[in-house]
Amino acid sequence: MKKKLKTKTTSKSPNRAEQKKIAVLSSLKGLGEQLYVQLSQKQWPSIKMPSRSITNIRYDQGTRQYILGDHFVRRSARNIRHVRPLTQLVWTGSFVDELTREGKTSTLRDVFYSAQAYEMSFSDQAESDDIITDLETVLGHPRENFNVYPEERSAIFGDLTIQYTVPGYEGKTLNLSSHPDGMMIGPALTNSEFVDCKADKIIAIEKGGLFTRFIEERVHEKYKALLIHTAGQAPRATRALLRRMNKELKLPVYIFCDADPWGMHIANVIIAGSANAAHLRDLNTPDAKWAGVWASDIVNYKLPSDPLTDLDIKRLYELEKDPRYDGKLWKHEIETFLKVKRKAEQEAFSRYGLAYIVDKYLPAKLKELG
Amino acid sequence: MSLQEVFQEISAADFFYRNRDIAGFTNPTRAIYSTVRELVENALDACEIREIPPEIYVRISHESGPTDGPGVYRIHIEDNGIGIPHDIIPSAFGQVLFGSKYKLRQTRGTFGLGGKMAILYGQITTHGKANILSSTGPNKIHHYEISIDIQKNKPLILSHKTLPNDNKWHGTVIDFATEADYTRAMPKILDYLMQTAIVAPYATITYVDPRGRLYRFDRATMQMPKPPQETLPHPYGVDVETMRRLVEITKERTMVSFLRSHFHRVGKTIATSFLSQINISAKKNPKKLSPDEIVQLVNGMKNYKFLAPDASCLSPLGEELLEAGIRKELSPEFVAVYQRKPSAYAGFPFIVEVGVAYGGKIETGGGIRLYRFANKIPLLFDEASDVSWKVVNTEVDWRHYKATVDLPIAVFVHICSTKVPYKTVGKEFIADRPDVEREILNAVREVARRLSLFLSKKINLAHDKRRLDVFQKYLPKIAIFSSKLAKKGKPPDVSLMLKSVLTHEEEIEDQDDE
Repeated sequence: MKKKLKTKTTSKSPNRAEQKKIAVLSSLKGLGEQLYVQLSQKQWPSIKMPSRSITNIRYDQGTRQYILGDHFVRRSARNIRHVRPLTQLVWTGSFVDELTREGKTSTLRDVFYSAQAYEMSFSDQAESDDIITDLETVLGHPRENFNVYPEERSAIFGDLTIQYTVPGYEGKTLNLSSHPDGMMIGPALTNSEFVDCKADKIIAIEKGGLFTRFIEERVHEKYKALLIHTAGQAPRATRALLRRMNKELKLPVYIFCDADPWGMHIANVIIAGSANAAHLRDLNTPDAKWAGVWASDIVNYKLPSDPLTDLDIKRLYELEKDPRYDGKLWKHEIETFLKVKRKAEQEAFSRYGLAYIVDKYLPAKLKELG
Repeated sequence: MSLQEVFQEISAADFFYRNRDIAGFTNPTRAIYSTVRELVENALDACEIREIPPEIYVRISHESGPTDGPGVYRIHIEDNGIGIPHDIIPSAFGQVLFGSKYKLRQTRGTFGLGGKMAILYGQITTHGKANILSSTGPNKIHHYEISIDIQKNKPLILSHKTLPNDNKWHGTVIDFATEADYTRAMPKILDYLMQTAIVAPYATITYVDPRGRLYRFDRATMQMPKPPQETLPHPYGVDVETMRRLVEITKERTMVSFLRSHFHRVGKTIATSFLSQINISAKKNPKKLSPDEIVQLVNGMKNYKFLAPDASCLSPLGEELLEAGIRKELSPEFVAVYQRKPSAYAGFPFIVEVGVAYGGKIETGGGIRLYRFANKIPLLFDEASDVSWKVVNTEVDWRHYKATVDLPIAVFVHICSTKVPYKTVGKEFIADRPDVEREILNAVREVARRLSLFLSKKINLAHDKRRLDVFQKYLPKIAIFSSKLAKKGKPPDVSLMLKSVLTHEEEIEDQDDE
């Protein structure tokens, strides 16, 4: 199988997808060998991995994201409570090993169902998702690298030409402005190479309605921007793609969300990462900028707004204590939210006309952020 | 017309004829059950008195009338007991309240009533006669045909024959017709025989029912319990009437010797001390006691600290035999038996023996099954009124002993006494006398503790089995998938490691390494 893929590869040195694949397969083989050797020596197989318990997650100023501390846990087959999850982990390993070799992808749900064929049933998808997170921790690779994706997908639109590396499309190119609904950010796009880029910035947008409006208002041309629809909290593949574009294409990233604690957190996770992914790297874009909508915009632009709910306020107090919200802007906006006790949606700008957000607000914000 | 009442003496037989309810002959269903029971008990007593392993044969056959209601049945019972001297055979079977059971020793029957009631009931319902064959061994076999003259309480001998006894057979055969609703009584009769087999594991009981079906309860042992010895009455258990009679028959000339020779566990010292306490002269002639002094004597006895009665007059089954009985009839997985030390209530010695069994033929559901016995008689009726029921169901917290209601658990309680504290003449349930209740409770707790050890072990085994199942399910899979990942051929053999799961090796617990 490996040979077959190699013959298909067009470039001389292994491409992005190939490199990831080689790294993942070698990690998987290492895992298998470790357990195999233990069993051959009549030892109860066990593996050691960083603890993902909440007490072992800390914020790292250097990488500007959450990382795991130096506590480790051991999963041993001798422990009646461990033997099942350990077996599930090895099975999942052998399942994604096959996926990766054959260059196929699978959703988290697929993994949950596939296990049933091996009398390995997970009790629910939460259990299989958890085992996949374990596998990420053990291998040190995000699941996207071993071809397991979530159901949700976000989209990209703009003047960027990519070259596919996935089997069957190797070498083919595509300009991401060729379809007005945007292109889905899936495994093929995530694994592609950037060939040519005319844009000089990236604008990430929380909501699909506004994403479509931006395309209609030709924001990508007026502001030379790549537009990304995060579809709520950005999927990890999207966060990884944002980081790559930021690093490889040197494009600044601006994030637009609703003016409420939840929208604000969408921006924050893109910038500082999530605690759930503390075991992984390269998913955050520390230099990305939260461009709005801010609490102070509600006041400055006199936006139609709603009162904050008790849940919103509770969330704001939580975020206030979060090390990812250490910056001046974050602190100021949280204070403003708590002061005005109002929230507003991105669409609230429509009260000034459909083009207002693009023609007035956006240039002002971009200028303000430099 | 004369208003003068006619006073008339009635015979004992007449009395019981008129009041047959109190002896357990209420209706044709109850009557056949009582008939079987009384005759089987007499048969067992006749064997045990001389430690003869009983061989008892019972047959009930249908004679006439319906089988789905009261009809006429013939009952036939044979034993290999000591037999009855031929001159007293007619009285033994034809005179109510004549018998050998008025002395103080533990026997199944107490009133000398049951067997004769059975014959009496047969006579009044079928107008038939009773056939009795008996021999005490060396002599001839005597065959009597008798009926009872109810008004005079006298046997009527219809014929008397003697038969040669070449085989030195000893025992008794009784055969007569009686009215019975057998179909309704059947479950209780079978239950009675099975429970009798539990409490008399040294007996072989054969039963042929009206449809010719054979039930056989084989003995599990030839070992017999020690027969009871006769004892004198204990001072605590004596009433004024008994005292009056003793005074009448005594040959003793002084109060001290009177007390010594007619009462259990009373010696010279105790007698002297007791008499001085109640201010009756030690030298007084008992024949000269006034009625007031007799009352004074009896009341004084209740308040004096006499030695407790000893248990030589009792014949408990013993732990070994009780266990053998339970095992042979129920084949349980586990049995624990326990015999308490002798105790006494109101001057009557008694011993409590209990057993607990798990599994085998014991049915599940409906809580703990209770088997009650008194002087080796199974008690089948009015369970909820019995002191043992109260102890087992309200005083023992079975959850404390890991016993839940869904488990197949049976409790056996045997009380032996010279006077079992029955609540009624029907001899079906035992009164909750505090002394008796305490002994039962302590005994049940003891066997419950042993049951709980057994159940814990069982629970642990089940737990181990479940653990092994888990490892057996997953460890081979780890071997397969890791070999696949490592690109090795054959998965490593894990059977040795699985074997070590059950050796309770120290298990690796969750741990955080630094």
